[in-house]
Amino acid sequence: MKIPIAYNLRNLWTRRITTVLTASGMALVVFVFAAVLMLAEGLRKTLIETGSNDNVVVIRKASESEVQSGVERLQASIVETQPEIATGKDGKKLVAKELVVLITLPKRGTDKPSNVVIRGIGESSMALRSQVKLVEGRMPRTGTAEIIAGMSIAKRFQGGGIGETLRFGMRDWMVVGIFDAGNTGFSSEIWGDVDQLMQAFRRPAYSSVIFKLLDSSEFQKVKERLEKDPRLTVDAMRETRYYEKQSEIMARFLRILGLSLTIIFSLGAIIGAMITMYSAVANRVFEIGTMRALGFQQKSILTAFLLESLLLSLIGGIAGLFFASFLQLYTVSTLNFQTFSELAFTFSLTFEIIYQALIFSLIMGFIGGFLPAVRASRMNIVDALRAS
Amino acid sequence: MHILKLIFKNAFRHKLRTFLTILGVAIAILAFGLLRTVISTWYLGVEASSASRLVTRNAISLVFPLPLSYKEKIRQVEGVKEVSYGSWFGGIYIDEKHFFANYAVEPETYLKIYPEIIIPPDQKSVFFRDRKSAVAGRKLAERYGWKIGDIITLKGTIYSGNWDFVLRGIYRGRDENVDETAFVFHWEYLNESLKKTSPLRADQVGWYMIEVTNPNIAAEAAVKIDRMFKNSLAETLTETEKAFTLGFISMTEAIVIAIQLVSFLIIFIIMAVVANTMSMTARERIGEYAIFKTLGFGGFHITGLIFGESLVITMVGAALGIFLTFPAAKIFGKELSTYFPVFIVEPETIYMDIGAALVVACVAALFPAWRAVNIRIADGLRRIG
Repeated sequence: MKIPIAYNLRNLWTRRITTVLTASGMALVVFVFAAVLMLAEGLRKTLIETGSNDNVVVIRKASESEVQSGVERLQASIVETQPEIATGKDGKKLVAKELVVLITLPKRGTDKPSNVVIRGIGESSMALRSQVKLVEGRMPRTGTAEIIAGMSIAKRFQGGGIGETLRFGMRDWMVVGIFDAGNTGFSSEIWGDVDQLMQAFRRPAYSSVIFKLLDSSEFQKVKERLEKDPRLTVDAMRETRYYEKQSEIMARFLRILGLSLTIIFSLGAIIGAMITMYSAVANRVFEIGTMRALGFQQKSILTAFLLESLLLSLIGGIAGLFFASFLQLYTVSTLNFQTFSELAFTFSLTFEIIYQALIFSLIMGFIGGFLPAVRASRMNIVDALRAS
Repeated sequence: MHILKLIFKNAFRHKLRTFLTILGVAIAILAFGLLRTVISTWYLGVEASSASRLVTRNAISLVFPLPLSYKEKIRQVEGVKEVSYGSWFGGIYIDEKHFFANYAVEPETYLKIYPEIIIPPDQKSVFFRDRKSAVAGRKLAERYGWKIGDIITLKGTIYSGNWDFVLRGIYRGRDENVDETAFVFHWEYLNESLKKTSPLRADQVGWYMIEVTNPNIAAEAAVKIDRMFKNSLAETLTETEKAFTLGFISMTEAIVIAIQLVSFLIIFIIMAVVANTMSMTARERIGEYAIFKTLGFGGFHITGLIFGESLVITMVGAALGIFLTFPAAKIFGKELSTYFPVFIVEPETIYMDIGAALVVACVAALFPAWRAVNIRIADGLRRIG
């Protein structure tokens, strides 16, 4: 026979303070657990959205990132002539020879400098990135010192807004448009005409060549041809893979930090649950004895106490998730150790995370409640009844 | 005296509960200490920097080089004692996961400006003579088991190709906070190779390191240097080494803040655990407190009993946690030496540990003490469990 669940609920209610304290301890743990997962998910999402699987990035061999890379004009022209490149609506090939440099700009309000990516774009650059949309103003005219800024640049950097000017490369650059690139890394970039920027920064070579494949499955063929061409010293990779590689160190750092925090925190919470459950058992020795005398079996006592612990942890888990869901309003911007540029991403809550966090809290409740429940179920009826 | 005895007896009445609470406190203090150490490590580079050193880099950003010809001009600035220069090499050993700082410098002036980098004299003279040679930090050499005379190959990311270096010296830090995981080699080697492969990029340096005669004139010298190159092709930005390092740190501020927040969360969690223990204890003993009151003991004694018990439990836990912090930091530092070249527990961290434990003890005892003091004797005696 089972002990009704109302018994557990009323018990939790009677010891309100203890219930709240234990559950809030667990809530904090679940909060941290969920926050770390959300952060990792947010980073992953940003990266996936930044790259497109059909696009191929060509950079100088072993250069790891666009900032470090250099592709000479001649080499870029060879890449441009690959037959697998898709053509756009206007009949032009979807390929862009780009320049990527880092500059330091002061933030609005604080004056603190931060690294910003400047990308010299070609005619097809916009078409190659479907996630980037112009939301205000117009595109920069080729051959002029006009630039467009990503949303987060416009908001957070001095001189980034429309109509304002930025000074770099010994010239003043007018911001004529703002583009929205959603959650992607492009939001923290400034775009301008590639030839003008190459002049300003005195760079004789492009940084990368980006093109869209007509047929995504032909990637391997193009990659092999480009990398084996004796005139070229380049690496070709899918854009998605490229951006994933860019933040590998950051992702690994988040993973290590998250994992160690979760382990330490959950130990604390399990101990908290254990203390609560042990005292719940110790306080109710007489009750347990009575229930056993009434004919409830050891098994039902064990289940009842385990259930109580699980309930407790579930309350904590739900509370923790509730508070964690507010984190979605917050954007993290930090320096990517690998590229030295700014990387901004949000916390992102998915069903999978909700489900993992709840399972995690239940596991904590189970571990914390198991030993006390065993003690409760093993009690000798006579001794238990004799206890006051 | 009696009250102390009573406090200890009370604290260990429920052995299992007390043991679990102590364990919880110990884990929390350990975690708190480690996180605090992570934060102080983050700022260690700032502390290790000297006030009389300046760094000059391209005003656009660090990725843009400066011409080598600036060296002589900077040297002429009043108050400048020594000028050295270097370039970030960014080479990869084995693969990207095996990261360590590697850069090219002009060795003789570099070692003069950085006296905290200590190389045995015999190794130093060989290093100066052999242009293809390099020196590595003690920890880095240990990590990969490098010995003097080994040939180390780095794959260039900024400067393409495979680069071979002969390890001619292993340096150690004069102070504990010196990064011992860097890899330094001759700038001349890099430059001579560039002259052959891509002459356009030769004779350019990443940054200048400048030592001034007196820290007080550092700011003045920095302004003078920057003014000298104003409106040139490569404008400069000169700052003290401290500001230069802080600039990097402020860009990773979000992570530091997150770690800081989490370290306080841990204290909250453990507060909940200890408060729970204390409230259960006080609830069970409400009858006893009523008896104390009947005997004529005032609120002061009862508060003292509860606070004392809370303090005993947290302090034992904290002591255990602090004790465990040192070996844990050692393991942690070794595992994460890619991210944190130096990982030492600072005395401030220990003080913060103790402070946090005190706060936890007091907050946890507050509510139970208030209840025990305020309950009426008759109610207290009537109450069971």
